[in-house]
Amino acid sequence: MNKTVNQKAWFFVIPVFVLVAFNAIIPLMTVVNYAFQETFGNNVFMWEGTRWFKQIMLSERFHASLGRQFLFTFIILFIQIPLGIAIALTMPKEGVGVPVCLVLMSMPLLIPWNVVGAMWNIFALPDIGFLGHSLNALGFDYNFTQQIGDAWFTTILMDVWHWTSLVVLLSYAGLRSIQPAYYQAAEIDGASRWAIFTKIELPKMKKVLTIAILLRFMDSFMIYTEPFVLTGGGPGNATAFLSIDLVKMALGQFDLGPAAAMSLIYFFIVLLVCWVFYTLMMRNEEKS
Amino acid sequence: MAKVTLKGLSHSYLKTQSSDADWAIRGVDIDWNDGGAYALLGPSGCGKTTLLNIISGLITPTKGDILFDDKVISGLNPVERNIAQIFQFPVIYDTMTVYDNLAFPLRNRKIPEEEIKVKVHEIAEMLELSSTLNNRASGLTADGKQKISLGRGLVRSDVNAIMFDEPLTVIDPHLKWILRSKLKELHQKINRTMIYVTHDQTEALTFADQVVVMHEGQIVQTGTPVDLFEKPKHTFVGYFIGSPGMNVLPCQIKGNEVIVNGKKIETHQQIKKSNFHKTEVGVRPEFISFSNEGIPVKVLSVSNTGRHKIVDTESETGKIKIIAKSNEDIPSGSAFLKFKKEYTYTYGDSWIIE
Repeated sequence: MNKTVNQKAWFFVIPVFVLVAFNAIIPLMTVVNYAFQETFGNNVFMWEGTRWFKQIMLSERFHASLGRQFLFTFIILFIQIPLGIAIALTMPKEGVGVPVCLVLMSMPLLIPWNVVGAMWNIFALPDIGFLGHSLNALGFDYNFTQQIGDAWFTTILMDVWHWTSLVVLLSYAGLRSIQPAYYQAAEIDGASRWAIFTKIELPKMKKVLTIAILLRFMDSFMIYTEPFVLTGGGPGNATAFLSIDLVKMALGQFDLGPAAAMSLIYFFIVLLVCWVFYTLMMRNEEKS
Repeated sequence: MAKVTLKGLSHSYLKTQSSDADWAIRGVDIDWNDGGAYALLGPSGCGKTTLLNIISGLITPTKGDILFDDKVISGLNPVERNIAQIFQFPVIYDTMTVYDNLAFPLRNRKIPEEEIKVKVHEIAEMLELSSTLNNRASGLTADGKQKISLGRGLVRSDVNAIMFDEPLTVIDPHLKWILRSKLKELHQKINRTMIYVTHDQTEALTFADQVVVMHEGQIVQTGTPVDLFEKPKHTFVGYFIGSPGMNVLPCQIKGNEVIVNGKKIETHQQIKKSNFHKTEVGVRPEFISFSNEGIPVKVLSVSNTGRHKIVDTESETGKIKIIAKSNEDIPSGSAFLKFKKEYTYTYGDSWIIE
């Protein structure tokens, strides 16, 4: 069948194009602009080519913050995904417990990022905070403002508290969508609880878990406000993740060129990881 | 392989029951012989799936006992009851191959791998799944998947009964025929008790030797397909089975005379008592013919199905359908109907008067 060719149809694309241009392409282009040039203000630019990219790629500071970023994201995924699934499995399936649990679970998700940071900052203060004071009273030498390990521990705990609920809610939705007949068939087939989990529940949750992992990866990889309010990237640079480092470079030191180059590299890493992960998950899906 | 007996079985999904409507099933008694093919037939919501799940042990009944081979098994779980069940839509383990799917119930029972291999190949052969044994089960079509569900029930050679819960719902019409005859063939081959739940009379009547018709949680009649057709014990069986269903007309009983529309008619039974709230006469369209005298009616319309004609007529107390031969002349306007005495029954409060 031949398709009708009508070039006027392009006009229908214009509104979307304009919208996308204003909210994504144009701002991104200014970043691209800075990434390849040097400026001293007054709208005077000098072409620098790939100099800033080379500088960033070779900078130890960037390697260090990228390393911290991957470590942080890996740790929180490693904790939040299994913990989220485990909580979802133990949640009630019917009765008044369901709305109660769902509301309780959604609470942390509703709190603004900087409030979470501020809350945990006060909560963890070694002298007056409930967490900090209790830990010290129990004999632990805890001070997240001075000790690197404590700073990481607190940041991770805060992120787990804030975001595990998202994994729980997604997993719970996935679990609830499994037809009762699957459980009944498994019961009749004599499957153990573990077999039900690995052969029915996990495969059926695959899609929501893919979404959960992607969301948690992106969010944690771009995390800024909470650690900024909690530790400010410290002690030293110990919790200066990519975005914190980026803001320091762009607004603290006013190194606009290197900061723009770093933004682009940062953006491509997020894009690349998401694309590879999603493609791998979906390729398996097509095979079946 | 077992004889299945249900004694005074009642079940309610509510904690307290105030009226009959609160019971999903009530007062069910059944005796099913070892190796028979039985169907539970009824409309949606009549309790047939509940009854099936009670037999398989997925639901614990509120009252009554379930016996396999005269041993009470009410307290046992589905594994201990050793039954197989096939559900409305195919249940397969997505991530496993067809082979692993079929082997799953055996592996859970710690049967040696060599024995599993023999058994799985035997069943795959029977269900024509041999060529797909190494494929991922999730890639199969709906009927292929349903065959796997069936196969998982058949691999265990010692199951007491195999239960089917509307297993052909999601299967394409042309494959329904094939799978249905496959089931019948399997039943003859392996000779195990099979219980088949459906709302489709054709499925029930072709599959089973004995059909149990359920209505509002009760068994209204158990019998062979011919019994259900020729002698419905409840007006519901009359409507539900047959196409079109039985004609049911209000009647008066005076002494031992049955009067419909002011005319005395002859019925199959001798009427002994008549203290009912509601009395009716039931006769199937197949057993009514036009005559020179009898019940006066007005002929409304005639539709020819090819094999026969369905005539709609109206009498004083309700519509009457008649099935006539396709070459028969149908009177127009007023006519008289004669009911065949042997197939005309009187019903008191919907139940046959005997």
